[in-house]
Amino acid sequence: MSVKQHAEAAQEFIKDEARTDWHDETLWFVRHKRDKAVNTLPEWEILRDWASRIKNHTLSNLDYYLRSFEEKAASNGIIVHWASDAEDHNRIIHKIIADNKIEKIVKSKSMLTEECHLNEYLQNKGIQILDTDLGEYIVQLRKESPSHIVLPAIHLKRQDVSETFHEHLNTEKGNYDPQYLAGSARHHLRERFIESDLAITGVNFAIAESGSFVVCTNEGNADMGVHSAGIHIACMGIEKLIPKTEHLGVFLRLLARSATGQPITTYSSHFNKPRPGQQMHVVIVDNGRSRQLGRADFRNSLKCIRCAACFNTCPVYRRSGGHSYHSTVAGPIGSILNPNLDMKANSDLPFASTLCGSCSNVCPVKIDIHEQLWKWRQVIVANGYVDKGKKAGMQGMAWVLSNPQVYRMAGKMGRWIMRTFPFMLNNRLNVWYKQREMPRAPEKSFRDWFKENK
Amino acid sequence: MNVGLFIPCYIDQFYPDVAIATYQLLKKLGCEVSYPMDQTCCGQPMANSGFSNLTKGCDVNFVKNFKDFDYIVAPSGSCVLHIKEHLKEGGSPAEIEKIRHNVYELSEFLIDILKISELQASFPHKVGMHVSCHGQRGLHLSSMTELVAPEFSKSEQLLRMVDGLELLKPVRADECCGFGGTFCVFEEAVSVKMGKDRIEEHLVNDVEFICGGDTSCLMHMEGILNRQGLGVKTIHLAEILNSAL
Repeated sequence: MSVKQHAEAAQEFIKDEARTDWHDETLWFVRHKRDKAVNTLPEWEILRDWASRIKNHTLSNLDYYLRSFEEKAASNGIIVHWASDAEDHNRIIHKIIADNKIEKIVKSKSMLTEECHLNEYLQNKGIQILDTDLGEYIVQLRKESPSHIVLPAIHLKRQDVSETFHEHLNTEKGNYDPQYLAGSARHHLRERFIESDLAITGVNFAIAESGSFVVCTNEGNADMGVHSAGIHIACMGIEKLIPKTEHLGVFLRLLARSATGQPITTYSSHFNKPRPGQQMHVVIVDNGRSRQLGRADFRNSLKCIRCAACFNTCPVYRRSGGHSYHSTVAGPIGSILNPNLDMKANSDLPFASTLCGSCSNVCPVKIDIHEQLWKWRQVIVANGYVDKGKKAGMQGMAWVLSNPQVYRMAGKMGRWIMRTFPFMLNNRLNVWYKQREMPRAPEKSFRDWFKENK
Repeated sequence: MNVGLFIPCYIDQFYPDVAIATYQLLKKLGCEVSYPMDQTCCGQPMANSGFSNLTKGCDVNFVKNFKDFDYIVAPSGSCVLHIKEHLKEGGSPAEIEKIRHNVYELSEFLIDILKISELQASFPHKVGMHVSCHGQRGLHLSSMTELVAPEFSKSEQLLRMVDGLELLKPVRADECCGFGGTFCVFEEAVSVKMGKDRIEEHLVNDVEFICGGDTSCLMHMEGILNRQGLGVKTIHLAEILNSAL
């Protein structure tokens, strides 16, 4: 099955205009909540600056902080694993599962395992893995991927959820009451928490000086899973590090306000060491991150703390939906991360933006997202991942605009054609004209006027 | 004051009235204005599409036309931003640096350089303000709703000097209209949807005109307005500031 490019998938999404409006307004509401929350902190811009500097410093000394984290974590009794790529990550996790003869697994708060396609990998080996966070649970039941990294089922209305639950959990048909639906999911999940032997979580922040890590959740499923299972595996990208515990205060204040407009997530769970009899593993994953670290123009994309504020503010994301980005991480940040993972497959993403710059402004760690979108466009074209027709058009345009006489002649002819034979442009072949009138073509250009009137 | 008037290519070709208003306004305010006759385009359409390797000809031509002015002024935040950020060839590093430093968007030039505090202009109409992204987030012509910072707007400051004008702002004060250069054709569906949504917010305010500092955004919204047969017109800031009684 070929993957649709962003523009085509977005066009399909927009066909249902009422639903597009609903999607746009829902996410705009989250952006608005974020604005209200950040405006309660006069020091907001200072916090962003600190967070950016801490992350820049950490990325510049990543080898040191990774080793420090490994050493401290190991001395706390945590077993640390290193995975160079997604396959490595999946193999390591499968080995822990196989060694301990585990059959049932619960998972919470990990976009990294999505990035590595862990569910598919384990399911192919006959192992059940259950996403326990409500949104993830819903999309897993529907065999879909998350459309948003913080609000994975934001593309669905409660009617959709009701149908899915009716089909899979045998809830009442046509009952759209969110409380009823959430309660039903909770009932099913509770049993699975109790019977599972192993819990997988993500990591929001790993602290180099202490070897501990923090997972931020609203539903508390990470805690519930970890507390009832004998084995905890936490998966983290190499960029999740911060040097010191005292830096957490900066990031925890930024994260939830940026993500949902909450002052802090309901749970900020600190994991320091395994409880007696428990196994605690941390899998540290590269999967292309060190390659990104080596790209001078794009390295600071690794500052990202996955708040998704750039999704919520992006006027393109809100009107095209997460699935149109055909990647685990959608939205503006995904559009600068994914070309690093597969430049050809994701060559459309940096173009799915008007370069309006709102993403860079909401980013709590000050990633220059829209500037990196611009730079990825240059890299993608330089690598030849561009339509031949578009390339020829650009070369033609560049030639015309580089030669003043040619430019004036082309302009004059173009305007004459537009006035005299409007049908030559006002037709189906002209994409602009599909839903927009062409501008009027005046007889004289400004230059013509200026020559006569200066 | 020796000002070089930089008129973006599509304004020269399709919106000469915007250029005429800019020229007349600057003259009225006492500037010595020249229009270099061999100017074409800043090169942005290629660069934003990933073809910055094709902008050399535009760079060279731009430097040739504009290197001798104290100030370069254009009625477009977007094209000015491109020159500021991406002009790289066609002259000595000092010449290029000078141009990048001396190029101004119109409202910025009127407020920061000419420091005007009054205008002889009258426009007794209900006007909706469209904030263009490159001028706002790129050139900082106004405050941005994403940031925790004091509010200001250079274009609003100017519009408040105009007699009879009633200024109305959309609820989403600074959302993009969806033009986005070649985005408007390569992502046609999203582009038009964004434009329709922007217009809708102005219609709710019952405006007669949608005013902006970038003709490209206005051209996109005008195209949608005209297709839908809505009576609202688009107008460039310069045209309002140049309108006399």
